[in-house]
Formats: sequence, C-alpha cells, structure tokens
Amino acid sequence: MIDVKNLTKSFGDHVVLNDITESIREGEKVVIIGPSGSGKSTFLRCLNLLETPSAGQIFFDGEEITAPKVNIDAVRRKMGMVFQHFNLFPNMTIRKNITLAPVRTKLMSQAEADDTATTLLRRVGLEEKADAYPSQLSGGQKQRIAIVRALAMKPKVMLFDEPTSALDPEMVGEVLDVMKELAAEGMTMVVVTHEMGFAREVGSRIFFMDGGTIAEQGTPEAFFAHPQNPRSQEFLSKVL
Amino acid sequence: MNWAELYQALTAQITAGETLPWYQDLFVNFYKAFLEGGRWELYASGVLTTLEVTILALIMGVILGVLVAVIRTAHDQQRPGRHNVVLAALNAVCKAYTTIIRGTPMIVQMLIMGSIVFASSRNYTMIGTIALGINSGAYVAEIVRGGLMSVDVGQSEAGRSLGLGYVDTMRFIVIPQAFKNILPALGNEFITLFKDTALITTIGGKELLYAAQAVGAKTYAVMFPYLGVAVIYLVMVMIFTWLQGKLERRLRESDRR
Repeated sequence: MIDVKNLTKSFGDHVVLNDITESIREGEKVVIIGPSGSGKSTFLRCLNLLETPSAGQIFFDGEEITAPKVNIDAVRRKMGMVFQHFNLFPNMTIRKNITLAPVRTKLMSQAEADDTATTLLRRVGLEEKADAYPSQLSGGQKQRIAIVRALAMKPKVMLFDEPTSALDPEMVGEVLDVMKELAAEGMTMVVVTHEMGFAREVGSRIFFMDGGTIAEQGTPEAFFAHPQNPRSQEFLSKVL
Repeated sequence: MNWAELYQALTAQITAGETLPWYQDLFVNFYKAFLEGGRWELYASGVLTTLEVTILALIMGVILGVLVAVIRTAHDQQRPGRHNVVLAALNAVCKAYTTIIRGTPMIVQMLIMGSIVFASSRNYTMIGTIALGINSGAYVAEIVRGGLMSVDVGQSEAGRSLGLGYVDTMRFIVIPQAFKNILPALGNEFITLFKDTALITTIGGKELLYAAQAVGAKTYAVMFPYLGVAVIYLVMVMIFTWLQGKLERRLRESDRR
C-alpha cells in the first residue's frame, strides 16, 4: 500500500532519514519506536508529504506521490493523520472540526457529513460534545476528536504521530482504546509511539529506528523477546 | 438676553474700542469660533467626513494588507524545490510596495497623489482617502503577516493533512485565528489612521482640520478653532481606545469559554 524507496531527508547538513526502503501492506499495523531524534516523526511526516523528502520516492497505492505533478491534496484525503498536540481548530465547534474537510473537498454534503460526525462521535462516546469548542475538552477527549476528524474523510491509512505523548497519564487509555478498536476493524495504521504495551498488543510489525535508519524490524513477539541489534537491546533495556 | 444677543452686544463694544474683561473676551472668541453663523455644523460635517474617510481607508488598507500578507506568506512557505514564477513576481511587487510606502513620509505620498497622480481630479477628499488606504495597506500587511505567522504551524498542517488545499486552509483555519490575534494591532492602526486623516487638508480635502482652517481664515483667529479640533480628535481617540479595550476583554473571555 505504501512503498518507500531510498527515502532520504536532510535539514541542511543534518541527515535525519538515511536511505530508507520499506513497504507497508494493506491492513498492517506498523508501530515505529526508537530514541528521540532517530527520525521516527520525520519518517511518518514524509509519508503524507508534510515533510518533503530530499531524495527517494514514495508510492501510495502504486501512485508515486513524490512526483512533481501529483495532486497532493487528493492523496492526503486518503491518509488520515493524528498529531501529538491534537491540532483541533479552536475557532470551530467539534462538529465543524469534523465536517469541514469532507464538505469542502466535496466528499460529502453538509447533511451527510453531519450524520457521519454524529455516528463517529457516538462511537467514541463524545456525542454530546458536538457543539462544544475544543478548549472545553480534556486532552484525551481532544485526541479522540482528532482521530474522529481524520476518520471522517474515510482514509485508507491512518498515521499517528505520538498520539498519547502530550496526554496526562490517566487519559492515555481512552485514546489507545479507540486506536485498538480501529486496528481491530482492519484499518492500516502507522503509529509512532512510546507506548510499548500498545506496540506489543496491537502492532503487526515493529520498526526500531535509530540514526535515521530502520535499525531493526520484526513482529512484536520476536522484537521484544529477542532484539538482535545492540542499539535496540539498549533501548529496550531503558524503556521496559 | 440670549447668547447671540450677548455676542452682538460685546462685539459692538469691541468695535467701539472698549477693552473687555478676560471672561467676556473668552466668550466672544469661543462664540466666534464655534457658534456664529452655525459654524458648529462645519465642524460636525468635518467629523463625519473624517470618520467616513477613516473607515473607507481602513477597509482599503485591510483588503490590500491581507492580499499582500497572503501573497508574501504563500511565497515564503512554498515547499522547497518548487518555485512559482507568478508568485515570485507578485511577491516582488508586494515587497516594493511595502518598502516604498513605509519608507516615505505620509504627507509626501499625499501630495504626490493629489498633485501628480490624480492631478486632474477635483474630488480631493476621495483622493486623500485613496492615499491613506494605500498607506495603511502597507502597515496592515505587516500586521497581518505577523498574525498569520503567530498561528501554530500545526493548525495548517492539520488542515492540509485532511486534504484541504492551501486556500481553504488559510480561509477557514489560519486567517480567522490570525484575525483574532491581530485585532489589538488593527485597533491601533485605526487610531493612527484616524489622526492621519488631518493630512488630507494639505491637498484640499474637507475634513475636520479643514473646518478649523476655514473658520480661522474667516475670523482671523486660529487659536480656538485649532484647540477645538485638537479636543475633538482627543475625545474621539479616547472613545476608540475605550471601545478597543472592551472588545479585547470580550475576546479574551471567549478564549476561556
């Protein structure tokens, strides 16, 4: 579904991603872990071109999205993204946050979008917040809304950039529950996280990133039980 | 005896060569400057014109300013490796515009507009308004640009990641938030603009200061007309400042909603 070929990204002289080649298949739940500064977020953000790769190609459903003429907005409609800091639009109600993109991109009429919003909000148990503003919500509620907002576009893949890192500990669970549910429904997911429990439970494949490369990858069972790379052994000994 | 008759009597005394006590002298001058022959109407219509000019120039300034600010931010935020030639040309024009306007005195711009650019027109107030609007646009552009940059990049990233285009992201997400941040600065710009309308007098526009000058020319006494309009400007600016403060408090409350 997503094919990355020789992806390199540098900011000035600083190489953040170094020649990464990888494929993510439909239905996979890829969990990216690694020390900070290893390029996890940059890799994720390259997938929907929030960062422009310095070199290399990215294919989504066979289409090269790094090609100069590609309509990047159309590609992004099929990729949902959830941010560490939620990035809800504070000037709109929750309902408007969810319906803005589907309506403006002509994916749905306002009525259809409202229905979709209601259904999705009910799913995450926040139906009564439809007319509230983001500032009235807790962090966990905001992040659940942010997931719903991305889902309203009916994406084929969901990208999560440290979705629980900015949350108070007692709110992490409610967000992870929504993500687990989503995973169970078969959504293709790429998740950058520090939640090792989530990685072990939900991930179908773990990428361990270090120094701008995927230093090791494997199933959660194999990776957590028998890490091969000395760097991943060191990392796991610190976080587990 | 009403005020008009008192004035008549006192001026007759002056013409006869009498020296009046200071308070009667004060009254005569005040009456002459503001009331005689319905002169207050001149000031009143001056105030109205001044307000009209301020509002029209501010609207022009905001439209121009937003346009320039959006073009300049769009140019600066282009993805590396992509260079739009049209955008580069527009950006150069905008840069030249802000540099020239902010680098020359307002009064010089006013005179150039009045006696060179629109030399054939007789509608001086309108020419003055246009000159003020163009001037204000350059300052508003910088205010708006600062406002656009003050909105967290995460906001536009979220908009773009949902598949919204640049224009929609700006229109629905970034600009409304930027606008709230820049309201205080825009209020200040409004006050500056309000006071700058007095410059229109230099090219013959008929606003508040013009009224004072007209009265002064007729009565050969400028002290009261000038002091009078100074007080009018001051009182109005104080009212605007008060309103601005109220508006800001309201906006801050809605943040805590």
